[in-house]
Amino acid sequence: MKPSTKLAIALGAGAAFALGAVATASAAPKRGGMLNIVVGSKIPSYDGHRETTFGMIHPIRPFYSLLIRVNPDNPQSTSDFTCDLCESFTKSSDGKTYTFKIRENVKFHDGTPLTSQDIKATMHKLIFPPKGIASSRKAFYGMVESVEATGKYEVTFKLKYATGGFIPALATPFNFVYSKKDLDTHGYKWHMKNINGTGAFTFVQHQPGAFVEGKRYANYHLKGEDGKNKPYLDGYKAISAPKMAIRLQAIRGDRAQIEFRAFPPKARDDLKKALGDKITVQESDWNCVMGFSSNQKLKKFQDVRTRQALSMGLDRWGGSKYLSKIAIVKTVGGTVFPNHKLAAKKEELMQLRGYSTDLAASQAEAKKLLAAAGMSGASVELLNRAVDQPYKVVGTWMLGQWKKLGLKTTQIVLPTGPWYAKFRKKKDQETMIDFNCQGVVNPLIDASKWLSNDIASNNYANYQDRQLDKWYDQMNRTGDEAEAYSIMRKYEKRILHEKAHYAVSFWWYKINPYRSYVKGWNIAPSHYLNQSLDQVWLDK
Amino acid sequence: MSAAEVTDGLSLKQAIDTRSPIQKLAGLARRQPLGAVGAVLVLGMIILAVMADVISPFDPTDNNFQDMLIGPSAEYWLGTDQFGRDILTRIIYGARTALFVGLVSAFLGATTGLVLGVSSAYFGGTFDLLFMRFVDVFMAFPVIIMALAIVSIFGNAMHFVILAITLPIIPDCARIVRSNALQIREIPYVDAARALGFSHARIILRHMLPNVMAPYLIIFTSAIGGAILLEASLSYLGMGVQEPTPAWGLMLQGGAEEYVESAFWVAFFPGFAIALAVFGFNMFGDAVRDVLDPRLRQQ
Repeated sequence: MKPSTKLAIALGAGAAFALGAVATASAAPKRGGMLNIVVGSKIPSYDGHRETTFGMIHPIRPFYSLLIRVNPDNPQSTSDFTCDLCESFTKSSDGKTYTFKIRENVKFHDGTPLTSQDIKATMHKLIFPPKGIASSRKAFYGMVESVEATGKYEVTFKLKYATGGFIPALATPFNFVYSKKDLDTHGYKWHMKNINGTGAFTFVQHQPGAFVEGKRYANYHLKGEDGKNKPYLDGYKAISAPKMAIRLQAIRGDRAQIEFRAFPPKARDDLKKALGDKITVQESDWNCVMGFSSNQKLKKFQDVRTRQALSMGLDRWGGSKYLSKIAIVKTVGGTVFPNHKLAAKKEELMQLRGYSTDLAASQAEAKKLLAAAGMSGASVELLNRAVDQPYKVVGTWMLGQWKKLGLKTTQIVLPTGPWYAKFRKKKDQETMIDFNCQGVVNPLIDASKWLSNDIASNNYANYQDRQLDKWYDQMNRTGDEAEAYSIMRKYEKRILHEKAHYAVSFWWYKINPYRSYVKGWNIAPSHYLNQSLDQVWLDK
Repeated sequence: MSAAEVTDGLSLKQAIDTRSPIQKLAGLARRQPLGAVGAVLVLGMIILAVMADVISPFDPTDNNFQDMLIGPSAEYWLGTDQFGRDILTRIIYGARTALFVGLVSAFLGATTGLVLGVSSAYFGGTFDLLFMRFVDVFMAFPVIIMALAIVSIFGNAMHFVILAITLPIIPDCARIVRSNALQIREIPYVDAARALGFSHARIILRHMLPNVMAPYLIIFTSAIGGAILLEASLSYLGMGVQEPTPAWGLMLQGGAEEYVESAFWVAFFPGFAIALAVFGFNMFGDAVRDVLDPRLRQQ
């Protein structure tokens, strides 16, 4: 496969559906300028392998490169991947061996040349971390048997079984490539507090709680449209601003140009109204699913009828229409990212409990189920996160829906730390706003959330369902798309309908209003993706 | 013996007030106009809170998305919020939340402070010394920081919110009550009670407490306004009562950031309600102080 060739994977096309995506290719990129980004979260550490938050990705990703990445010019595609530190790759006929040719003449920011040993050391840290070393997405790589450096500039992955989930997992934006020298010299925790990558920008400074600053890396390995080395920008500053009003005002006052997570619809409208053409908006479905789960450790929620009733009480179609005006949620869907080839079609969804358009019938049935389970007029407590968008908005809507079933509802809202602690350690919540946010759209891997709780650490409903575990394994091992689709339907039906282990409410919806003179950035279906900034330029 | 002698210098008319209760109230209102305004506001708030179920035009927690973010109109006098809920209704029910949290917190805080302050003055010695240093340390913390710390540790269930608001009131009340109780402790009837062998509890509860009721009532009424403001502050910061419970600070928090430009009513009216309530209780508290304090009364 040639360097410029886009890497198509087995999962197939996955229609690009950029909503309002801006065509930027027509104008020739200009060089120079500083990009000011506002970031609504803090940096727990610099180590991408360990962290899971955009608060780290947005300021730190530009310092690093990946082996392969989602095509920055076509990030809406769920199957379009391009080489970053590799030049090309090949797949064996049985789909179990992938060989990557690594770029030569790439140097880390400290001057160390990149070789296949660096890729191998990085992948070993990610896939086979030693005890005590956190690798948050280790579970993505259950199919990998070995990673070997088969030449100075060649790396070979051997898989236990062929699967379409491998390449998307490899393109995860958290997979920063580290120098073997750093890992050997300083240990596996050095990158939590230190930065040395091959990314488009080099680290200048980090003022904790204020900003991170990077400057252009002159020896970056990718070329721009003008034939010179990228990036186009002289540098960037990622400014920490947890309050949304401050982020909005920063863009409005042109003190910052962009925020990469999302703003709610009202903020978009206000910015557009105030600044007109000076603001460009890109929108996209978002690979984050929001719903609720009931804690099956509690007797109250062990009766499947109760869980089914709670799901049937939600007016998903009506809620989508109105909540999309005030919150960053929109699309009604199942367990698979909407529009992906493995996602259920609307008519299939409507066969599931809670997805009928006949709300009155659903609510009547839900009341009957509650009565049969002895839960008529019972109290239900919802655990929620103290984050407005979309958690508290969706939570308030959900409580209103359950009230219509005659339930007495209360809500506990906790800041992020105590919120996680409650359902990860204490595990004493009744129901909770539950989510599954991923980077690269990879349903075969993303669906691992609904495995039994002794397998999936993010199963907060605390159930064990071996049938789901079996289907998940089958789904991942089959190379046949049609079969994967068929198994996914059974898997989804069991989760949402038969056992009601989880209830999807909506998929998130990403809205990015930004200064129109920022060019070259294309919205992706995740706030983790496309943040290398090497293709971004300022039309000033 | 003449009537003038009996009243020790006061005229008979002054000594025997023959005015009706309404005339007395009118007289009080003339002397304390701001206090009267405060009393009217407080009374209005109490009526709203008690009668909320009867006078509210809508259900405070029913979402009605068809009518989201409608401005003040004939149907929705103060408009609707982003969930289509009537803001007037939520303000009326919010008065119940504010008054409940305010009254309970102020009562618990002031009463605990009263008992501790009088006990500290009565026992004196090491207990008094240690207790007052403890109060000094307690008062060194900013009120909002202390309240935030409490709800962060224990959670933001209603009873913890009340606890968070109650605790900062205790040292304030204890210190003021103690200074009054120190004077009372030296009055001979307390010595007489001791000489008669009464228990400490009896002396404190029956002979000292009634004599510090004036400062207690002043602190209590003043603390209600502060407690309402603190509850609203906690709710605004997302650490107080939670949706769907109608609470003024929560309403402000939900609307201030996103809708202040395009739907001012979402944040304006709850904010105005908070301001009115705090103003009302503060003015009422000042008037109570003026009436109960003999020195101020003579002025």
